Amino acid sequence: MAAHEYNPDEVRKRRIKGRRKKSVREWFIFTGYLTPSFLGVLLFFFGPMLIVLVQSFQRSATNSEFVGFDNYVNVWNNQAFRSAAKNTMIFAGLAVPLAVLLSLLLALLLSSKLPGKSAFRSIMLNPMMVPVASIVLIWQVMFSYNGAMNTYMGWFGIDKIDWMKSDWSRLVILILFLWKNLGYNMVLFISAISAVPQEQLESAKMDGANALRRFFSIKLPYLWPTIFFVGIMSLINSFKIFREVYLLTGDYPVDALYMLQNFMNNMFTHLDNAKLTAAAIIMCIAMIIIVGALFIAENRLGRDTEE
Amino acid sequence: MKKNAITPLQIRNDSAFHEEGEHEHASIRELKEVEIVRLSEEEIEKRHEKGRAVARRQAKVRKVTSRIWTALGLFLATLVAIFALMPIVLTILDSFMSTDEIKTNYSAVYNSLSSASAETKTYLSSTPKLKMIPDSVSFSQYKTLLFLSPTYLLKFWNSVALVVPIVLGQILVGCLASYSFARYRKKRREVLFFSYVILMLMPFQVTLVPNYLIANKLGIYNTWWAIILPGIFSTFSIFLLSKYMRQIPSSYIEAAKLDGANEWNIFTKICLPMCKSAIYAMAILLFIDYWNMVEQPLILLEDAGKQPLSVFLSQINASEVGVAFAASFIFMVPPLLIFLYGEQYLVEGISRSGIK
Repeated sequence: MAAHEYNPDEVRKRRIKGRRKKSVREWFIFTGYLTPSFLGVLLFFFGPMLIVLVQSFQRSATNSEFVGFDNYVNVWNNQAFRSAAKNTMIFAGLAVPLAVLLSLLLALLLSSKLPGKSAFRSIMLNPMMVPVASIVLIWQVMFSYNGAMNTYMGWFGIDKIDWMKSDWSRLVILILFLWKNLGYNMVLFISAISAVPQEQLESAKMDGANALRRFFSIKLPYLWPTIFFVGIMSLINSFKIFREVYLLTGDYPVDALYMLQNFMNNMFTHLDNAKLTAAAIIMCIAMIIIVGALFIAENRLGRDTEE
Repeated sequence: MKKNAITPLQIRNDSAFHEEGEHEHASIRELKEVEIVRLSEEEIEKRHEKGRAVARRQAKVRKVTSRIWTALGLFLATLVAIFALMPIVLTILDSFMSTDEIKTNYSAVYNSLSSASAETKTYLSSTPKLKMIPDSVSFSQYKTLLFLSPTYLLKFWNSVALVVPIVLGQILVGCLASYSFARYRKKRREVLFFSYVILMLMPFQVTLVPNYLIANKLGIYNTWWAIILPGIFSTFSIFLLSKYMRQIPSSYIEAAKLDGANEWNIFTKICLPMCKSAIYAMAILLFIDYWNMVEQPLILLEDAGKQPLSVFLSQINASEVGVAFAASFIFMVPPLLIFLYGEQYLVEGISRSGIK
């Protein structure tokens, strides 16, 4: 053996081999940690999602004849789907900006010199923990036709409103949504505000910038990432609003509250596999587009503020 | 104050400068100087007083305005706090009302909800009162709930039996996967991670269809497994936990490696203890989310007997209004207890989830 003979080629080869061996070993170890989750996700989400994709091009669950985009066209032209999509979008369009704005204002309030800040934060975070099913009763007492809200309004001579059976129901659900989600968003904003560098705020104050100017010129640029994050979370939560609608109004809500999930539930009960799968794929694509657009917008804005 | 104190010195110096070399006028100079100093002492006092008064006034104005702002802020915060607490407090207080009291106060509401016949409407009050404090505290509805009608208690246990395995399972699977994502960062893994995030963002409208399909294929439709298994493998926790784990300084890991620790040791001895608060926060968030679930049981469970309390509570009809408040309260007790115990973890967990 030429043990003491220096052979650079041999050394390099061995080193590369060792590195490769190490990286292969690493791959095995970390793939091992990932395996349970990956198999589960594959079995329960990604795999069946592929089946859904395939079935969305078939006549029905039992008849696997290829029908092209027929199912998609059917869903797209379906009146119920259209109104469900419209209602969901109207709700998200109202709820997301309001949730972001109001929770930002609350966070600013609780970031100022206010006595009892932490107590207020706890109280405002509380609704997040309370199951919707538990407070639905109170909401019904407040907003039903013979409910407390109409009684109070009667004192001021305002006519009764049929809250749950008219377009006002959007407002009722919106209030419930805000009640539940403001606390979580507020905590996110409070932590983002506390991360704004104090020196910059101080020096701006010395230079005579007022509170409004300080907010728009210094705090806001630091808050953009959080605003987008809160926006995405609120959007996702606004898609879950079916839960509140169902608990308040049961299987048959007013037209204004007929959400996409109601449509899906109907398809489930009718076992309309073709429409079900096509609708799921449409929503999946829509979701990817919306979230992707938000991510891109956030990147653009983030870059602008860095410059 | 400082400015005023300097004045006499300056005047003297100035006069000294002007009359430098004029020795014969020394006496006059001295006289002048004395005069000036004497005068300015009074002046100083006056000016001090004036200055102090101005400062006092300004401070007062500032104090008053800041007090007004604080009061306004407190007022707003209190309003929001009342808005936040009102439904919870009302539910709790009303749960101690006797069935009769609830019926006289609220049944108008329930009759208009569940289109009851006109007959029943007549002898009940048509305007409900939102009552805060019950006339007499009664525990009879709790007795009915806990001992006499087993359905509620059964549904409550259904909720527990569904939620606990999901939370524990998802934390376990999620910790392992997050560790892998945090430590092994190759391009293909990042793509997989991104697809996990997309999956996390998907609403139920999308994910329930594949869940339903696979539950049918595996023959677990209409069993708890149809909800528990997708729940365990949901990717929600992985997003937050791997964010946390990526913040562990690599020097810790290198040091542990030099000491001969293998990956499992690093995972259990360094990573998990350092992410303790994130894991608690995640467990709390998951608990609320699944304690609250409505969509999954509606679609994946056919038997009403297997459904959790969250779905059942909404199906309470007018005749059971008496116990409904008590049932609602019992249902919100576990999450509220968890909140009291783990609020700091929750706040920390939420805060960190937003920072990139």
